[in-house]
Amino acid sequence: MEIVRSQRKPSIDASPTPTLSLYRSAPPLEVRLEDFELYAIDRLRVLKGISDGLARGKKPEEMENLVRELWKTNMRHQDPAEVMNKDIISHFVLRLVYCRTEELRKWFLSMETTLFRYRFRLESLESQRMLMTEFQLPYKALIHAEYETVKDKLVQVARSIGQSSNTDTIFFKVPFEEVPDLVGSRRVFILKGFAYVPMNQVVSLVVTQFRSNISKALVLTNRKWTSTIKEQEKDRLTPIVEALSNSYLGPDYTQPNESAEISLKDIDQLASNSFPLCMRHLFDKLREDHHLKHGGRIQLNLFLKGVGLKLDDALAFWKEEFSKKVGAERFDKEYAYSIRHNYGKEGKRTDYTPFACQKIISSTPSVGDHHGCPYRHFSEENLRAALNKMGVGGRQQDEVMDKVRNRHYQLACTLTFEAIHGTSCDTGINHPNQYFSNSQKIRQEKVTSVES
Amino acid sequence: MAKERIPNEGDEMQIDGGVCEERVARAIPEGFNPDYLKIYYGKLFPYADMFKWLSYGNDGKHPACDHSYFGRREFSFTLENDIYIRFQSFGSAKEMENSIKEKCPFKIDIGPVYSVDPAKRHAYAQGGNNVFAPVERELVFDIDMSDYDDVRYCCSGADVCLECWPLMTIAIKVIDTALRDDFGFNHILWVYSGRRGVHCWVCDSKARRLNNEHRAAVTDYFHVYKGGENSLKKVTLAGPVLYPFLARSYTDVLKSFFEEKLLRSQNLLASEERCQKILGFIPDESVAAELLDKWQGNRRSSISKEDVNVVRWDQLKHMLQSGKQKIQGLRRCVEEIVFSYTYPRLDMEVSKHMNHLLKAPFCVHPKTGRVCVPIDPNNCEDFDPTTVPTLSHLLEEINEGSMMMESNNEWERSSLGKSIEFFRSSFLQPLLKSCKEEMESAYSAKIKQSKNSLSW
Repeated sequence: MEIVRSQRKPSIDASPTPTLSLYRSAPPLEVRLEDFELYAIDRLRVLKGISDGLARGKKPEEMENLVRELWKTNMRHQDPAEVMNKDIISHFVLRLVYCRTEELRKWFLSMETTLFRYRFRLESLESQRMLMTEFQLPYKALIHAEYETVKDKLVQVARSIGQSSNTDTIFFKVPFEEVPDLVGSRRVFILKGFAYVPMNQVVSLVVTQFRSNISKALVLTNRKWTSTIKEQEKDRLTPIVEALSNSYLGPDYTQPNESAEISLKDIDQLASNSFPLCMRHLFDKLREDHHLKHGGRIQLNLFLKGVGLKLDDALAFWKEEFSKKVGAERFDKEYAYSIRHNYGKEGKRTDYTPFACQKIISSTPSVGDHHGCPYRHFSEENLRAALNKMGVGGRQQDEVMDKVRNRHYQLACTLTFEAIHGTSCDTGINHPNQYFSNSQKIRQEKVTSVES
Repeated sequence: MAKERIPNEGDEMQIDGGVCEERVARAIPEGFNPDYLKIYYGKLFPYADMFKWLSYGNDGKHPACDHSYFGRREFSFTLENDIYIRFQSFGSAKEMENSIKEKCPFKIDIGPVYSVDPAKRHAYAQGGNNVFAPVERELVFDIDMSDYDDVRYCCSGADVCLECWPLMTIAIKVIDTALRDDFGFNHILWVYSGRRGVHCWVCDSKARRLNNEHRAAVTDYFHVYKGGENSLKKVTLAGPVLYPFLARSYTDVLKSFFEEKLLRSQNLLASEERCQKILGFIPDESVAAELLDKWQGNRRSSISKEDVNVVRWDQLKHMLQSGKQKIQGLRRCVEEIVFSYTYPRLDMEVSKHMNHLLKAPFCVHPKTGRVCVPIDPNNCEDFDPTTVPTLSHLLEEINEGSMMMESNNEWERSSLGKSIEFFRSSFLQPLLKSCKEEMESAYSAKIKQSKNSLSW
């Protein structure tokens, strides 16, 4: 891909392929620098929209509509011949933007794969077949004799996921490892290690392939970026690329604000004033049980780190509680390591990022666990009790519950925030640490306005 | 396992007759202590079998053998005083034996096979490329009785008894069948964890090479019981029919264990509180209220000699499954209750990641002194955790044995003998046979390919 400042020469590439690209290689196109950035921002809007949709726990059908709308709104072009190019160019620009760290790659890979999945589902059967050929998938359709032996089970699986089974559906028999998502959600029949994938689920096979291609490509792009592109383009593309990733992802709260350092003696006060429900629940449970299971410890510890609790204070804090239950000695032996680990002081010494709402909402708490997002993981009764405890009752509570029923967990949290602080929160809540810092800001403003 | 029950200490003393009196005083006290453990590692621990197993055929003379294989496996030891040492590795069976005998670990954990010798990982890390990564690991499952505390009333926490152990039997049956029939795995080892649960090792080469995403898929396939402490309903079975694996588990295992065993042994419907808990599964409050009314009636008039739990359960089923309850959700309720009280609860994280450690078979549990013996999945109903050989019992056997004759294979005569024999004949031999076959076919394919490439 070449980037030029001058007017773009129209490139004529009229192969009658499906409208969906596999992004195998960067196209030999010329791109105006303005388009380079504008296209990327448009695509980013689509990916951000998908990310929000997933965080709200939207169902597949809702996601399909969402993706269709996002694509239509953002990826149009006045010149129809240019639509495909915009798709490809924006993908490759963002690949450059998001290749640079493990965290960025993971996000991009996950969003692009989701985008591809739903765009594939929107394609006609004919072009779906063409795409499968393009991927060179080595699978043959199930032959009739074998189909007969498993027919009953295939019908049963289709019915169990609420689909009608159609006798002329084509099935592909593939090793179960090729369709992990279908196996994990029990949407496909498996026998002796093989999954029987119906044509209407074939998207999973293709997505596995797509995902693995993009994943490898991102690693290669990263290598190229660090070895050559970054330096070569330092006056031209590098600033754009760096700005693109910052402007949209928002702060990740890895480093606490310098001004915001908290001390152990204030922590109970802060917890009841400014912790979001997910953290306050963990905090209260820890004080009550003197113990939290693994998932809860990570979620709370990273949050506290982001809030500005120093490692030594964090160790003292956890030790105080855990030693009441397991003794100080066992704490030092079994638990202190992971506290330090979260702070990047052990193991591979990664400074772990506090969890954002999306990650917390998609976690799967199990027996004895208290982590996760209360708006998603609590029963209605428990959530109402928790809200009462926070002082959110009556009509406000009903409004929160209403959002929960529609699976708008972050909006429910935002409403809780607004009810407690008595002000509106236009940005919405995307991160527990954001909840905390917004809350602190408001409280400090109130204090100063009272004083003056 | 328990078909031939291990005689209790009283019986043995009878055998010894004359010295009976004297031996009462010298009988080895139950429990665990490092000195016993030393003798156990010295005389009974099956080093050769463990080495054979974890070599997967790579210890042979075949040209396709990878002689570095066993040496790239991570072991980790928990020593006395909870000192934990990770990334141990051994070049040979003898090296492993010597190290275990010398360090006398309270617990031995087995980790993955890494790309390079884990003991030398730092040296490789200096090479710049981060080549130290897990490349193979058995697919493992860990099922722990303490995760069932909300559905058992006989014990809680780390305790188990014969009343709640059937929950583990159910787990073995359900998971084992699905691993074999659905996923096509053949070499599966079930092991008693020594106190309150069971471990499962799936050792097929295909299983060992699954990546984390594949492991997560298998684990999620089994994941039915969901939700943390704060959600009410933990099992939701949607859809007009059950998925084949769930339907099979229900009809073949869960239903009969629930109705014939747990319902009575756990007294699941014997008190008001327990009744309320089960009624909580019924979304239609009027139906629940009607049932409660009935149940309060039959508590007063002891209508029959039949067990109250059974009577009440039949009433519940009748009410929910009778023709007039057309609503899908109500009919499905019966199954949801059974699944909630019986379906296996896995420790998901253990199974999802290659680099998770799991306690080795034939370890001795430091709290109970019981040996982590294999369990035969085909006869898992017969397994009785309370008769599993204990360290002190084994030592008594050794003491008696040594009076009679000297032998190199102490374990053959001990009550551990049966377990080791089972490990060999039902697990190790078939496993090594298929390792050999795979190795040969991979090798001949390679030869063929290199010939082809020469003749282009």
